[in-house]
Amino acid sequence: DHHERKRKKESREAHERSHKAKKMIGLKAKLYHKQRHAEKIQMKKTIKMHEQRKTKQKNDDKTPEGAVPAYLLDREGQSRAKVLSNMIKQKRKEKAGKWEVPLPKVRAQGETEVLKVIRTGKRQKKAWKRMVTKVCFVGDGFTRKPPKYERFIRPTGLRFKKAHVTHPELKATFCLPILGVKKNPSSPLYTSLGVITKGTVIEVNVSELGLVTQGGKVIWGKYAQVTNNPENDGCINAVLLV
Amino acid sequence: MSSEDVERLLIQFQDENGEILGSPFDVPLDITQDKLQLVCNALLQKEEPVPLAFFVQGEMEVVSSLGTCVKALGVETEQVLPVVYQPQALFRVRAVTRCTSTLQGHTEAVISVAFSPTGKYLASGSGDTTVRFWDLTTETPHHTSRGHTHWVLSIAWSPDGKKLASGCKNSQICLWDPVTGAQIGRTLTGHTKWITWLCWEPLHLNPECRYLASSSKDGSIRIWDTVLGRCEKILTGHTQSVTCVKWGGDGLLYTSSQDRTVKVWRAKDGVQCRTLQGHAHWVNTLALSTDHVLRTGAFEPANATVNPQDLTGSLEELKEKALERYNKVRGSAPERLVSGSDDFTLFLWNPAQDKKPLARMTGHSALVNEVLFSPDTRLLASASFDKSVKIWDGRTGKYLMSLRGHVASVYQIAWSADSRLLVSGSSDSTLKVWDIKSGKLNMDLPGHADEVYAVDWSPDGQRVASGGKDKCLRIWRR
Repeated sequence: DHHERKRKKESREAHERSHKAKKMIGLKAKLYHKQRHAEKIQMKKTIKMHEQRKTKQKNDDKTPEGAVPAYLLDREGQSRAKVLSNMIKQKRKEKAGKWEVPLPKVRAQGETEVLKVIRTGKRQKKAWKRMVTKVCFVGDGFTRKPPKYERFIRPTGLRFKKAHVTHPELKATFCLPILGVKKNPSSPLYTSLGVITKGTVIEVNVSELGLVTQGGKVIWGKYAQVTNNPENDGCINAVLLV
Repeated sequence: MSSEDVERLLIQFQDENGEILGSPFDVPLDITQDKLQLVCNALLQKEEPVPLAFFVQGEMEVVSSLGTCVKALGVETEQVLPVVYQPQALFRVRAVTRCTSTLQGHTEAVISVAFSPTGKYLASGSGDTTVRFWDLTTETPHHTSRGHTHWVLSIAWSPDGKKLASGCKNSQICLWDPVTGAQIGRTLTGHTKWITWLCWEPLHLNPECRYLASSSKDGSIRIWDTVLGRCEKILTGHTQSVTCVKWGGDGLLYTSSQDRTVKVWRAKDGVQCRTLQGHAHWVNTLALSTDHVLRTGAFEPANATVNPQDLTGSLEELKEKALERYNKVRGSAPERLVSGSDDFTLFLWNPAQDKKPLARMTGHSALVNEVLFSPDTRLLASASFDKSVKIWDGRTGKYLMSLRGHVASVYQIAWSADSRLLVSGSSDSTLKVWDIKSGKLNMDLPGHADEVYAVDWSPDGQRVASGGKDKCLRIWRR
């Protein structure tokens, strides 16, 4: 009677639902199918959870191998085979003159990107002046050449003196003054101009950190490589080369 | 035929702190070290003659005769020459030469090894989560204490030798009774990351040996009451892992951390007194000049017998003895602290008084893993990953000598109780015993199959125990 009818109606629901889903068309169908998809995902999740309870889990209580004393815990040990192969690799690199830097390959920047043509002259026809569009470093005692004769203009708005340098092992960042631009990977011209782009190796003043050489002398300059595009961010981020 | 026209010289005996002993003496230049000893002992008027070492101008030691030193230094013979005398330890520890036994039993690498303050018991913690006690007279296993759930990283004996505390990688601390091997009290929990170091309160401050300090990777230090089994104080302040904690004899706690600082705290109320800055990388290890005396408490190594015995006497007597020994070693100057770091240097501090370091000791070409003062506080040894051990002057931090011989990183060192010998364990699986006076290798002790992780010299000087990655504990004797 009531219960019988209810039971039968509920069992018919599945068939009716699938009939409706097949028949529906248009926007209504899209919405319905989206909703149904979400429902099905939830159902599958709960079924999987139930199944997991039935199956046995791997015993995670076993203590892992490779016990080390406390002073070795935060350090990565190198396997002995690795040490030998590393030594050979380093010898080969030194012979080839390649140096290890965090960013080995950087996109080379062409002249049209870095230097903008500035027109001069009564009829604005002369086009021998260039303005640097990237961040640069000029140094303390910099004085411009007489404006009539200077070929490369470095705007003061794009001149930076400090860089945010991160120590790779300590994971701490310091704001250190720049001492100079060592090498710009795109071109030696940019190196001499002092243009800083991503991948440039700069020299920074690290006397703040308190590093000392074996002989007791204080280290005050170290190389760092720039890791961001300073003209987009407004600051120079670099990672220290230890 | 040759006339006995030897030059004479006026010398004035001074002790290490600069106090003058007696009046200036007129001695011939070719006087030897033994005769100087006789004269000085007569002046000191002690009952037994004490072995002494003599130093001219604080640097050169009088080895054969005074004349050689004077010529080498080019000192003026017209003026009175101050000669500093240093009493050496009365007893002599003999170098260990052979491995008497290999104690197997651990199923994983042995990470920490410690002798009890009297040298009667030996305990070792390992990666198989057990702490094992070993019987030294028969050199066999005594007890296996289970209770930890992860590697046992550090163990520490209480200064009276009645309890052993062990900390594991799951940040739990357990206390064990060495006689029965059973756990005392509850497991102390509270830290959130692994325990890096454990240190008991010195005996002369509290003869019951009740309080224990523990440092952990979570950057906090907790002081535990072992009788009640709960945490008394939590000292926070470090921003990164605390690598070492030492409880000084004056009621101050010293902690070093990976955030490049060393902090000084008052043990009574847990207030931070000072922050010592200067290092450029993680500070790995600390050593106090009174470390050895605080560790041995009321036990006097000179009174050691062949069969080590437990300490007897009431709490008051023990406290008196410990205090006396502590004051003798400390002298008039406050405790000195040395910290070794990943930036390849060490700093010598006077933490009770100054924020500025006394000296910066450079010279290592790789990170410094452990530093230790010699038991008579005159010398300082530093073990580093650059395969060498360097000896420095304990008072000024001046470099004295380098001990080279290991072919891989030196992990741990231990001084003998008379400060004449030093043993070092390294990742090249050997231990080496060095003679400090000559600066040369005394004994090479191979035998371990893999890296040596922990080394300890018993306070009575008879045995050296070492444990390593090969899961064996080796005992070395003469």
